[in-house]
Order: sequence, then C-alpha cells, then structure tokens
Amino acid sequence: MGEIVLDQITKTFGHVQVIPPLDLQIDDGEFVVFVGPSGCGKSTLLRLIAGLEDVTSGEIRIDGEPATSTPPAKRGLAMVFQSYALYPHMSVKKNIAFPLKMAGLPQSAIDEKVENAARVLNLTDYLDRRPGQLSGGQRQRVAIGRAIVREPSAFLFDEPLSNLDAALRVNMRLEISELHNSLKTTMIYVTHDQVEAMTMADKIVVLNAGRVEQVGSPLDLYNAPRNLFVAGFIGSPKMNFIEGDMAETHRATTIGIRPEHITVSTDTGAWAGVVSVAEHLGSDTLLHVQTENLGTLTARVDGEFSVRHGSRVFLTPQDDKMHRFDARGLAIR
Amino acid sequence: MARASSNRRKTVVTVLAWAIGLAIFFPILWTVLTSFKTEAEAVASPPSFVNFHWTLENYAEVQSRSDYFRHFLNSVIISLGSTVLGLLIAIPAAWSMAFVPAKRTKDVLMWMLSTKMLPPVGVLIPIYLIFRDIGLLDSLIGLIIVLMLINLPIIIWMLFTYFREIPGEILEAARMDGAGLKAEILYVLTPMAVPGIASTLLLNVILAWNEAFWTLNLTAAKAAPLTAFIASYSSPEGLFYAKLSAASTMAIAPILILGWFSQKQLVRGLTFGAVK
Repeated sequence: MGEIVLDQITKTFGHVQVIPPLDLQIDDGEFVVFVGPSGCGKSTLLRLIAGLEDVTSGEIRIDGEPATSTPPAKRGLAMVFQSYALYPHMSVKKNIAFPLKMAGLPQSAIDEKVENAARVLNLTDYLDRRPGQLSGGQRQRVAIGRAIVREPSAFLFDEPLSNLDAALRVNMRLEISELHNSLKTTMIYVTHDQVEAMTMADKIVVLNAGRVEQVGSPLDLYNAPRNLFVAGFIGSPKMNFIEGDMAETHRATTIGIRPEHITVSTDTGAWAGVVSVAEHLGSDTLLHVQTENLGTLTARVDGEFSVRHGSRVFLTPQDDKMHRFDARGLAIR
Repeated sequence: MARASSNRRKTVVTVLAWAIGLAIFFPILWTVLTSFKTEAEAVASPPSFVNFHWTLENYAEVQSRSDYFRHFLNSVIISLGSTVLGLLIAIPAAWSMAFVPAKRTKDVLMWMLSTKMLPPVGVLIPIYLIFRDIGLLDSLIGLIIVLMLINLPIIIWMLFTYFREIPGEILEAARMDGAGLKAEILYVLTPMAVPGIASTLLLNVILAWNEAFWTLNLTAAKAAPLTAFIASYSSPEGLFYAKLSAASTMAIAPILILGWFSQKQLVRGLTFGAVK
C-alpha cells in the first residue's frame, strides 16, 4: 500500500510562502515525478511528504490515515538523498541493516534481508566496505538498498542521480525503473531533468514557484501542455514560441512549435532563414535558424543534414502539431 | 640567491621558535630540577643548573607528609566526572543548536560564552554560601558540579562547531530510517563526531585538572585535589621551594603526559572549523 494524498497543504518559511495551497493525489504503485526548475519547491514538497519539514497548513494522508503530524520515522516511507547520506562510520552491510535494526528485527532476519538486497543491487562483494571506499554509483546503490530492505509503503527520491556522470545516470535510471517494475511500490521522484521525468514517470507533476502547473502522463504533457510554462519545460530541445502577427493569423497570442515538428528544406518552405549554429549529433541535427521576422527558431532533423553556419534554409511547421496560447499563457484547445 | 636567502630565513625562524619554546618550557624544567635539590640548594645564589647534589628526599617527604595518591584520585574523579557530566548535557544542547537552530540560538551561544568573562571571584560568596547550606562544601560531587558548570560553555561551543560540520542530510536519513531522537544521537551523530568529542573531552579534563580557584576555595581536606596538594607547600616565607617543586612536578606530571600523547588530537580539536 502506498497511496498519498495532499489536501490543501501550504508551506511558509518566515514570510515567504514557498508552497501555496496545493492538492495532489498519488495512487498506490504509481511512479510520480516532481519536475520543475531550481527553487520551484519540488524538494520542499518531497520533504513535507517525508515529514522532514512541517506543513504550515493542510493535511497529508498516507493510506487514508492522517500523517500530517506523524514524525518521519513513523510514516513508513523511505528516502534516497541527493548526497546519498550514507552513514560514513558504518560498513555497507550496517548501512543497509540500519533501518531494520531500528525496526527491532531479529539479527537472523536482518542478515537475510540485507543479503537479498545486496544480491539484487550487485553489492554482495562490497558488504564489508565503508561508503568512503565506494564509487558514486555503488554509493547510490547502497542508498537504494537501505531504502528497499524495510519494504516501505513509498519511496522518495530527491534528485538521486544528479551527482553521477552521464553514462552512469542512464544506467541507474534504468535500474530504478526496473526496481519499480519489480516492487510495484509507490515512488515519488524529484528531478530538474525533464529527460528523467519523461523516461521514468507514470505521472509527471510540473511545479513552478510552488504551484502545480500540470499533472499528467509524460505524453499528455508533451502533446497537450496546459500552458506556456509546461510547453517550454517539457521537451528537449525546447519548444519554439512565436508571438505577434504570425500568432494572430492562428487566432492566438503565442503559438508554439516543437523543433521536431518543423520540416527543413534548402529550396522551399514557409519561413526563410539563415543557419546560425548547426549541431551535428549524427543521429539527428539541431539547427538554430535566424529567420527574417520570427526571431531565432530551433529545428531538429533526423539523421545528418548537411548545412553550415550561414547556409540559407526554409522551415515549414506541421500545422497539426501547432500549440496555441492565449494572452494569459493558457493553451487554446 | 633566492634559495640561500630562503634557507637563511628558515634557520632564523627555527632558532627563534626553539628559543621561544625553551623560554616557555623553562619554568617547568626549573621546577623539575629544583624538586631534586635540597632546600638549601634550591635557594642558593647563584643557582646551579645541574651541578648539585641530586636527591629524591623531597618526593619521599612530600609523600609521607601528605597523601599524594588520595589527592591524585580526587583530581581524576573531579576532572573526569565534570567532563563526562558536561558531555552528557552538552551533546543534546549542541545537537539542538547545530541542527534545529531557533531565532535566538546565536544569542544563547554568545550569552553562554559571556559567562566565561565574569570573574569567578564575583560569584564566590553566593556559591560558597549555597554550597555550605546544601552541604556540598569539600565534597567531590560539589566540585564536579561547579567545574562542569564553568566549563560547560566551552564544551558546548566546541561540540557545536564539530556538529555543524556534519551534513544534516545524514541525520535526516537516520530519521527516515526509523531512528528516534535517542537512536539518532547515539548511533549516528555521536560515532561521526567521535574525533570532536574526544578532543573536547581531553581539553576539558586538562582544564578541570588545572582549575585552582574553585578547587582551592571549596575544599578543605576530604575532596582536595592536586591543586590543593601543591598549595599546601606554598608558604609566604618561601622556605619549602624544593618540596613545593616536588609536589608541583607530581601534580602536573600525569596531565603533562596525557597532553603529550594526545597533542595531535588536541590541536585538531582546537583548530577544527577554523580553517576549511
């Protein structure tokens, strides 16, 4: 079980309200990702759920039970920190065993669970080492091991991969996804990396200045962003926004078109421009094009597209993939 | 050229450092030397440095006149007792100041430090009277309490500095792992802060061992530690230099040896947090 409900919760630090009244329902077994720019309150929200910060008002319910004033130790949640937060004076084995020891399990049961977790996470050979003797990826696995042994009702991840190098991050992303598939336990994952959000989540919660901008599946957010913020935040490279006369012809204040929904040609097309930067990635080519009257637009072409700085190109948006926004920044459907 | 001048500077600094070191150490050396002289040689003018009749009779005399081991034991009980009691109070206090600071935590810390600026003699009469009325005069418990209280600000400050270096996330991890406050302090914070706690302990044992104002004023015979043992050989007529020196040597020897063996730990403790 691991259903978490946030009912009108707020958080104020001094005179600054970092979380305005917020409602959120997280279903049992879901993989929910909180994503947003730095300082948007996503980590604070996670810490409120964990109980490491007290809510200023509102209620948190875990599995239907009020948990607003339950201390973190009693909420039955496990957390993986960005810094790993391993106990430096304990061996890997003792680190993983710590929550079980706190729960008062007999030693034989502790040993068995620690061995199982170590096997699942490929840590068996490192059980007697101290955290200081492990690599970043291994430390992260110990932190996850410490979280899974106690079979929590939900896992909380606070930017767990941001200290790892790029290759390891992709690996660990897969491992965490696999872990979720096998455990089927609720996971709440905080990140500022929208690729992590898109690839791992069942449900993404996009946060901005403490407010929930949109909640939905990764493809919902990609295909139907509710407002300019979500449209700009989800998707990489970022969606192009065009204002002015061109937008008005589409009966909108702003129109948005994703780089992958622009067709590029060297002979003909809707918008003419000059390539300012061409990024040749092999698998695709990103073109930053200075257009005549729409500013700089980014277009993405599959495979190699042989143009250079200064080449003249034509861009044609796919009309059915166009997003329209009104003066308040809300999507027009 | 440059190397020669840097070498010369190094030599000058080395010689200077040794000179200052010896100047500071000289009174202790002189005390130790005097303790092996006869009373006549101790006051002889000009004094002889090593060329005198070496004797152990002062030590024998001191031991037979006043019981060294009883005073030594009192010193051990008072300095260890006050330090351990102080740590028991200071660890939770420093924990709360380092990890859950309130608006006035800084002020509380400064206030505690300010009590160290008060001349102890200013509170001698009230404390003496209180101790007399509740029967703590000349008792080990009384001295343990009073020395604990006067050193508590230093213990809390040192631990506070140490604790602040410990990442708060690790303690939060312990809380998430189901540790209550007691388990958090016992299994996570304290083991991580062992180097800091050890140097705090050492420094406070030394401070309590050397403390002379309260130990002299609040004891008579029963609870008298080594400071009182030394003081009993100091008379205005100054006739017992050699015996006084022997008593002093015996009193400072244990703490000197402790300090010698733990100097690395002590230096680390005193400079911790100062440079980062």
